[in-house]
Amino acid sequence: MNPVLIDVKDLHATVEGKEILKGINLTVRRGEVHAIMGPNGSGKSTLSGVLAGNPAYTVTGGSVDFHGVDLLALSPEDRSHEGLFLSFQYPVEIPGVSMVNFMRAALNAKRNYLHEPQMSATDFLKLMRQKRAIVELDNKLASRSVNEGFSGGEKKRNEIFQMAVLEPQLSILDETDSGLDIDALRVVAGGVNKLKTEQNATIVITHYQRLLDYIRPDFVHVLYKGRIVRTGGPELALELEERGYDWIKEEIDG
Amino acid sequence: MNSLSQYLELYRVNSADIDNHSCAVMNDARKSAYELLCDAHLPRKGEEGYEHTDLEALYARDYGVNVFRMNFRADVAASFHCDVPNMSTLLGVVVNDVFRPSRMLLERLPEGVTFMSLREAAESCGDIVKTFYGSLADGTKPSVALNTLLAQDGVLIHVKRGVKLEKPLQLVNIFNSPTSLLALRRVLVVLEEDAEASVLVCDHTQTADTDYMADEVVEVSLARGASLNYYHIEESSARTTRHAHMFVRQYAGSRLSLGSLTLTCGDTRNEYSIDLTEPHCEADLSGMVIGSDNQHVDNNVSLRHLSGQCRSNQIFKYVLDDNAVGNFDGRIFVAKGAALTDAYQTNRNLLAGSSARMHTKPQLEIYNDDVKCSHGASTGQLSEEALFYMRTRGIPEKEARTMLMQAFMADVIDRVRPQELRERLHLLVQHRFAGHRGASCADCSSSCKDDLISPIAE
Repeated sequence: MNPVLIDVKDLHATVEGKEILKGINLTVRRGEVHAIMGPNGSGKSTLSGVLAGNPAYTVTGGSVDFHGVDLLALSPEDRSHEGLFLSFQYPVEIPGVSMVNFMRAALNAKRNYLHEPQMSATDFLKLMRQKRAIVELDNKLASRSVNEGFSGGEKKRNEIFQMAVLEPQLSILDETDSGLDIDALRVVAGGVNKLKTEQNATIVITHYQRLLDYIRPDFVHVLYKGRIVRTGGPELALELEERGYDWIKEEIDG
Repeated sequence: MNSLSQYLELYRVNSADIDNHSCAVMNDARKSAYELLCDAHLPRKGEEGYEHTDLEALYARDYGVNVFRMNFRADVAASFHCDVPNMSTLLGVVVNDVFRPSRMLLERLPEGVTFMSLREAAESCGDIVKTFYGSLADGTKPSVALNTLLAQDGVLIHVKRGVKLEKPLQLVNIFNSPTSLLALRRVLVVLEEDAEASVLVCDHTQTADTDYMADEVVEVSLARGASLNYYHIEESSARTTRHAHMFVRQYAGSRLSLGSLTLTCGDTRNEYSIDLTEPHCEADLSGMVIGSDNQHVDNNVSLRHLSGQCRSNQIFKYVLDDNAVGNFDGRIFVAKGAALTDAYQTNRNLLAGSSARMHTKPQLEIYNDDVKCSHGASTGQLSEEALFYMRTRGIPEKEARTMLMQAFMADVIDRVRPQELRERLHLLVQHRFAGHRGASCADCSSSCKDDLISPIAE
């Protein structure tokens, strides 16, 4: 078995005083793909936000070990430098900040953190070109402001492009399939698959089984009322697709 | 007894010397200014239009006035941090309130363009000075009258009919004096029909530990079809007070692009008064203020559509940190009969620090039905959402904040026309947000320091 990359233990978190995560346990090893599914309001996006360090959430209990590092003690930027990446459900538009400057700042900050020299302008542009090809991202978008005026598909492609540039160890894809047509979905999923290695891991958060046809999970977890209530293989996703979530709700709520 | 009395006293005692070191046109204007000031007072804080600036208090301080036009050594090479290097300009420097042309300026000023001391101009092109000096400014304002009373020299920029000046004219105002000083600065810009020019004005302070005050009156006349880009960049010390008036009168089909950029300062109040007097005038105003520490910046705009079929657009943006205080008071006036007017005004502000304060007072005064006018003002904070997004990509919070503040200003800078200046401004703003207070002369590749004529001995 591959070594553990992230180990989440009994994680509790609140937003505006309301408890959303009520004891999450999750272990992901290198080389694995995990899918987290669940009905609306079950805490899926809260989990990704808490792991990425969104200051809107307060962690009230539990621990997260990320390849030997206490993840919860780190700022969002240091979590990124340590190899965590969150692909946003709704990527944020930042008018006035060009994609090029944004990526350069991100890359240089990481290199700074790792005590590596800054990248030359030539190498940087070469890298951008290379990584853009993975998600077929138009060169024109690179000179525009971050996500500003991008279509839904372009925004998601842009997320995977950033992931390709930053080469994270753990990628969390939050509802990456929402707002995508089937062609864009194929491109985005194809990008994720190209970036998959034996060293990194992916957590896919999704409502629907559809995305999992393209990104094959090793494990499927069902999140409900702030807890992982069921874990299985890819067949669990198919079962959910067929039967919905009600049977699980009934089992849990009794 | 008010703050004006010390200046009236100064005038009474020194009127002969003031006149001797000036010119007839300026001297002739003093008498009525004096009479007006005898019965006037400077606005106090709280008076209409002065809700957040106390002119009485600003002028009450005891500054010296250089009545005898002594030449201070302006060691430009040591101090003048030209922040707009690589820009090929025709340079003139005003040290305190004395104009010094650069060598290049005298050699290369194109035919039909005058850029010289007002006092000298009164001799060589007296008609223009005589016609326009004091004719555009509102002489009934006590603060304008004070400038008229004491100013002994100034700068004339004159472009003859049809002359299109390619190189920008650059006017650098520098404070340099061992003792605290009130500089009375006066600028007259006259563009004849179809003339075109770009003017870049930079304010600097040579010594940061002395109190200075700049009292400036700029008069601009744009004849039919004339086009002026006028950009003012202030990078002065925390102990510098600036009170500036700019009066613009535009005639048919003339175009004004006005940029007001306050990067560093002490206490600044800029008053812009722009009159569109004939059809098809265009006026674009862009203002940018970056305030930190205890800086105070007050921009006051009166844009008057006195004729129909004119277009105006104003955008003022402030980013305030620490204890900085900003004020924007902008009025669009559309006169009766000024039909088919397009007038827009936007004021957007970002409070980066929790102690910073912003006051805004947008006003529309319309006496006509057939107009398109809008104004909008908003004051907010940095987007937490955008900050978090950037941080998840590894960009440290401080850097992310800086990038967002810079991005906030991007559209104002993008309105600046000369491309060289636009690019330079992006960099200046980046440096400013990164905490720099102006580049040093050593880093500047501008040749201005070699170019300046050495001070002329009295």
